[in-house]
Amino acid sequence: MLLIQCPYCDEALPELEFAYAGEAHIARPADPSALSDEEWRDFLFIRTNTRGPHFERWRHIHGCGQFFNAVRDTVSDRFLMTYKAGEPRPVLNALEAAE
Amino acid sequence: MSDVAQALGGASFTGFARVEELAPQGMISFRGDLSDPVVQEALRAATGLEMPAQRGIVQAEERALGWMSPDEAILLMPHAALGGVLVELRAALAGQHHLAVDVSDARVTFRLSGPGAREVLAKLAPVDLSPAAFAEGELRRTRVAQVAAAFWLSGAEEIALICFRSVARYVFDLLAVSAAEGGEVRAF
Ligand SMILES: [Zn+2]
Repeated sequence: MLLIQCPYCDEALPELEFAYAGEAHIARPADPSALSDEEWRDFLFIRTNTRGPHFERWRHIHGCGQFFNAVRDTVSDRFLMTYKAGEPRPVLNALEAAE
Repeated sequence: MSDVAQALGGASFTGFARVEELAPQGMISFRGDLSDPVVQEALRAATGLEMPAQRGIVQAEERALGWMSPDEAILLMPHAALGGVLVELRAALAGQHHLAVDVSDARVTFRLSGPGAREVLAKLAPVDLSPAAFAEGELRRTRVAQVAAAFWLSGAEEIALICFRSVARYVFDLLAVSAAEGGEVRAF
């Protein structure tokens, strides 16, 4: 079973307790009414669809209930790291070098 | 005063372990910043219990204080004591962002007992329930089969499990099937 490190519980816990919640670090525009239709479309639907390390949100839904971020390789399904919501996006090169 | 109706009328099952629905108990859901010393002191004063560590539960007699997340705690106590605890908490934290609500009717509590208690649950939850891995003082929030549940060791060879009242029958039946004679795995 895949284990995911919950940064709030501080423990590697079974994937069954977690839910995927889309790409991370997508900020809602401060003033949506100022956006063009194309910009609003991009905010809602256009994602990086990365092959390789992907920044994404997860929720420990059957545990502490918190949302957090993860870097997961979409090819190997390997989690490179997880971190608390609100923390800055980690630098990829450093992560890959540590692999 | 009216009686509190139990979800399953105090259902029980005895297989290689015993499964029982416990009498309703008082339960408060507390939300607030558990790392805040003022919140910690308010919880300590209202329950008479020390703050549990992360993922932990502190129990004494009929009371317990459990860590549910960095901003959520669960308080268990006899029904009769609940009103007083709520009043105390709200007074201690007046003007401070927090929430303390009586959720006694939202959940049911089951007790698994006997030498096979750990095994009954190990078949249903993705948790290492071996004595070496799951010890007293740990509150585990996870799922049993399809639904959310939380459990902890409430005594020697005894596990307390809470789940939402709406799934009480489902969880009781799961536990009963898992505890049925002939289903022993003897992994621990
Ligand atoms: Zn968690």
